Amino acid sequence: MTDERTSSDKRSAGEKSDFKRELTAVVPHLRAFARGLCGRPDLADDLVQETLLKAWAAQDRFEPGTSMRAWTFVILRNAYLTDMRRNRFRGEYDEGVAERILTAPAGQEEPIHLSDLHRALLTLPAERREALLLVGAGGFSYEEAAAICGCAVGTIKSRVGRARAALSEMLANGAIPRRSTDDDVAHRAILEELDEVAAGNGVSSRG
Amino acid sequence: MASNHRQDGDGTGGGNAGRRPPEWADGLKQLYDSVVEEALPDSFKDLLDKLDDIDPARARNAAGSEAPPQGRGTQGQ
Repeated sequence: MTDERTSSDKRSAGEKSDFKRELTAVVPHLRAFARGLCGRPDLADDLVQETLLKAWAAQDRFEPGTSMRAWTFVILRNAYLTDMRRNRFRGEYDEGVAERILTAPAGQEEPIHLSDLHRALLTLPAERREALLLVGAGGFSYEEAAAICGCAVGTIKSRVGRARAALSEMLANGAIPRRSTDDDVAHRAILEELDEVAAGNGVSSRG
Repeated sequence: MASNHRQDGDGTGGGNAGRRPPEWADGLKQLYDSVVEEALPDSFKDLLDKLDDIDPARARNAAGSEAPPQGRGTQGQ
């Protein structure tokens, strides 16, 4: 572990206040990404606070002029994967998401609710969920999402495609599990997958 | 690969090249934006205020033990 105690002194006061300002500006986005990843608002906010402290500690590694949102998302993602492996999150979803009607497509009896979408999202494997969140909700390009997740662009495209297909299917059939990970087998599978993702092996092993 | 490159930051760009975005696609943005637009809880304002008093070098040491275990592919239970 290298101690780069002096490097932060190289930053000008202006750069430091720029960093603080930019970090402050991305907090709402960090909260939104975290909420999508782990579902429960309180845990999501804990994750964001942890991310802010880590980002602050690592600020001399931030390159001014690059995307603060992308940089902090990487930190948040790593913190999330670590916490997931410590079993802090069990895929619980936000009970507070309004039962708001999202869309009532013609020819379908049941309208789609935002809460259905949210719950369906939380049933996806972590790597597909994060890919879809980054691209479909956060508005990142495939290239940016790939950089955040540390994988190939094609991998991100494939994950987004699979995530979309799975959500479409679930929403069309109304087959949304109430709780994704009550089942211990499913939970173990998720954790094993997280090991892969965190180790950067997600690229080769699945598309 | 053959999809046309677009420079605007619209992440849904790929969906326009032939594939129609699913009808719920907008809901994903709604979920995200609804959180972005929430008023920031005081706990965040407090934390952001406190950051200036935290020396990054010392915070780094404190956070060091929490560093993400990148590349440590432990599979054991």
